[in-house]
Amino acid sequence: MAKYDVIIGLEVHVQVRTNTKMFCSCPNKFGQEPNSMVCPVCMGFPGVMPYPNREAIRRTVMAGLMCSCEIAKFSKFDRKSYFYPDMPKNYQISQYDLPLCGKGKVHVCGKGFSGQEISDKLIGITRIHLEEDVGKLNHFAGYSGIDFNRAGVPLMEIVSEPEMNTADEAYAYLTALKQIMQYADISDCDMEKGQMRCDVNISLKLAGVKEFGTKVEIKNLNSFRSAHRSIEHEIVRQAEVLDNGGKIFQETRGWTDERGETYILRSKESAHDYRYFPEPDLLPMTFTDADIAAIKKELPELPEQKRERFVATLGLTPYDAQVLTLDKTLSDYFDEGAKQAKSPKILANWIITELLRELNDRHIPFEKNPIPVSHLVELVELVSGGTITGKSAKEVFSEMFAGGKAPKQIVTEKGLVQISDDSEIEKFVVMAIEQNPLQVKQYKEGKTTVLQFFVGQVMKLSKGKANPQIVNRLLKEKLDKI
Amino acid sequence: MSIRIENLTIHESARLLEGKKISSVELCKAYLERAKNLEPKVKAFLKLNEEEILSQAQASDRRRAESKKLSPYDGIPVAVKDNITVKGQTCTCASKILQKVVSPYDATVIRKLKGKGFVLFGRTNMDEFAMGSSCENSAYQKTANPWNVGCVPGGSSGGSAASVAAGEVTAALGSDTGGSIRQPASLCGVVGFKPTYGRISRYGLIAFASSLDQIGPITRDVEDAAILTDVMYGRDSKDATSLPDTNEKFSEGLDSLKDLKGIKIGLPKECFEIEGLDTGVRKSMEKSIEVFKSLGAEMVQVSLPHSKYAVATYYVIATAEASANLARFDGIRYGNRVKADSLLETYLETRGAGFGDEVKRRIILGTFVLSSGYYDAYYTKGQKVRTLIRRDFQEAYKKCDVILTPVSPTTAFKFGEKSDPLQMYLADIFTISTNLAGNCGISVPADIHANGLPVGLQLVGPDMGEKQLLRISHIFEKNRAIKEFIPGI
Repeated sequence: MAKYDVIIGLEVHVQVRTNTKMFCSCPNKFGQEPNSMVCPVCMGFPGVMPYPNREAIRRTVMAGLMCSCEIAKFSKFDRKSYFYPDMPKNYQISQYDLPLCGKGKVHVCGKGFSGQEISDKLIGITRIHLEEDVGKLNHFAGYSGIDFNRAGVPLMEIVSEPEMNTADEAYAYLTALKQIMQYADISDCDMEKGQMRCDVNISLKLAGVKEFGTKVEIKNLNSFRSAHRSIEHEIVRQAEVLDNGGKIFQETRGWTDERGETYILRSKESAHDYRYFPEPDLLPMTFTDADIAAIKKELPELPEQKRERFVATLGLTPYDAQVLTLDKTLSDYFDEGAKQAKSPKILANWIITELLRELNDRHIPFEKNPIPVSHLVELVELVSGGTITGKSAKEVFSEMFAGGKAPKQIVTEKGLVQISDDSEIEKFVVMAIEQNPLQVKQYKEGKTTVLQFFVGQVMKLSKGKANPQIVNRLLKEKLDKI
Repeated sequence: MSIRIENLTIHESARLLEGKKISSVELCKAYLERAKNLEPKVKAFLKLNEEEILSQAQASDRRRAESKKLSPYDGIPVAVKDNITVKGQTCTCASKILQKVVSPYDATVIRKLKGKGFVLFGRTNMDEFAMGSSCENSAYQKTANPWNVGCVPGGSSGGSAASVAAGEVTAALGSDTGGSIRQPASLCGVVGFKPTYGRISRYGLIAFASSLDQIGPITRDVEDAAILTDVMYGRDSKDATSLPDTNEKFSEGLDSLKDLKGIKIGLPKECFEIEGLDTGVRKSMEKSIEVFKSLGAEMVQVSLPHSKYAVATYYVIATAEASANLARFDGIRYGNRVKADSLLETYLETRGAGFGDEVKRRIILGTFVLSSGYYDAYYTKGQKVRTLIRRDFQEAYKKCDVILTPVSPTTAFKFGEKSDPLQMYLADIFTISTNLAGNCGISVPADIHANGLPVGLQLVGPDMGEKQLLRISHIFEKNRAIKEFIPGI
């Protein structure tokens, strides 16, 4: 048993996908010319006032519902004060004591970052609140610039309960959150674009002890990988300190990917007093049961529900269902194909073993997958209907992947239609027997496994087109007669 | 006919313009001429650009010549307090920190005034960031009271009140956070009106205390106040706290009351018991009460038991909000930046040089009351008292239609007389409750004090009770003993 229990809680920031920013009508767009998406409101000019984006509020409530959160009947915005150049007003409009969403939970399962299977678990959500993003500082030689395009972008903060115990669990939780946000079209969660950012709270305590140890916060982790690595690193660091009789201090730490280390940013003593108070420029928000019910109606199927459905009604294994629901686009792809396919299970196999492998090998994201699902279904049907052999199918698949052609067209062009005519196949069978007397002898001596060798020979001679069942039957007949 | 420009109202000017008795250019030139003579003494304006004013007036005259006037008020000048943004103009809040900052947009009220053809006539002086009751806190100049240039005009909208009182302009915009429209109006013998919180969009009003601030008119009479309110009020998508439209027209039917029979006027006993209420002011109130009685109004005693906590509550809530509202003035995105060695030093030096003493005092106070460990004792408690003050008014309005109080405990005081900030804070003792409660209040000239200075009375109406409040104010105005309040400057 490990000496220490690890307690991990995550604070995840997710940008809400909207047309306009949280409190003004500037576009909410990434990757534009610095300070081209700004106005007096998001620049904090004198005299401006915020006017709230209803869509951002609705989507945050939606995110809460997706995580089984309690939705507040009464909620409000607050001002969080601190001075920093990336913050136009030197206060951030955020939510303090009455967030839009209260307690909820997220189901995690599958594999962690290390590839190890983790056991199914519910991670508690403490709250989800809505706030405005800040600008971005760019440092140059001798000076810094501020890009306010991001300032005012609607930003959700999702706070988990301290209920994760391993880096793998934290990774799985992040994956599950991302999945949920994508499923509900709340955010693209593209971490490279800063659409999803993560802070980790982590503490160690002696195994079995009830009381939590002192927690350390690791700020601004901008990939799942660095979240995972920083947790692993921090566990080791804290354990070493404790092992040597040292003490962990409550502090905020940063993470460097290059060195693979956390480092101190600020101690508790220099922690900010944010002086929260209710935002007087905005009215409190109220939600009736009917309001919440209306949003609930628009909720998409949760990844978890989808997994269960794939297993229960489409006959997939839990593992297949897990893989196919990891990504919203992928699950939609499969869902669409399953409607057309006679056997969704076989389709799932094709997607997982062929399509995903191919995409993975070539580092192509699923969104750029070149094969329309109708083509893949067609291919599966060609095999199961006996038109082509499994062997030909692989060839067709490669062709489909490379050229985007429909499988039937490829089969015709390449003449890959399966040969199911006894007399034609018999010619190849006879040829194979004549060419391999040694193996015939072995067969006759009782080594029946040689049959597979003959099947291979026939397939080779028929360029993979011979129907394997017929080949088997004819070979047996012929050999047994000799 | 000869026009007495120093006593001209918006509604009279509208008739003169309509009857082609005068043009907007002539009107504005007359005011500019008068301002040229008086400004060296009054110093009401921070900025008065003749060229800008006359070009607006010319445009207005052209519109009228082409029968394309934007409203009956097209061409009438209105001065703007220097905390309301006008696109392309500086808006300093009488602070060094915003000295050269040009506004990139029009405040909603400015957009509305322009839409009706009003000529924007200069920017008026104020206490820095509207923090003060005498205009002495302006970083630029001290405005004098036109009735006695040795006295302050009141504040914070002192420049607006003084400019109208001195007849340098027909009307002006002010803002009222704790009495900043009503108190200077009272001290300068003009009308000052603070509508219900949210009636007029605050978009473009540089915030002092967001939950208390309200733009309003400072005018020569009640009718003008009603006219400007009509132009400015209404729901604004840019101000989430603005109230829904009610489609009222306050300037219509103002004289529909022939007397005040059936009207109950509440006299809060606490207000007349206050220590420091000047005897002459008290006398003026008594005379005014007689006027109301002679019109048939019933005077009823009401109680605002928590009003004694109003000043303290105000200085907790207003400063808390101000500490955040003024945080943005850091020299990073606009305004003067004092170069320093570190980010922190830059903030400290820039804000240290840019803000005046009173502003710093209030930022410090507001930061303190929001600090962890003190928040509940000050801010939370303040909000609770605010609710009680609001309830006091709701109770009182079960017994009366409007409440009558003095506007200020004294007439205009001398420059430097109230050097103790606490003494200065008490100048707003009668007006502050209205901001905390959020309802509407008006200051109407009532009398001339034995010291020769005007005395205003305050009528306070319930939420959204502007229509009745203005009608009652109007009938009082017509029946008070002194008809005209014109300083002998």
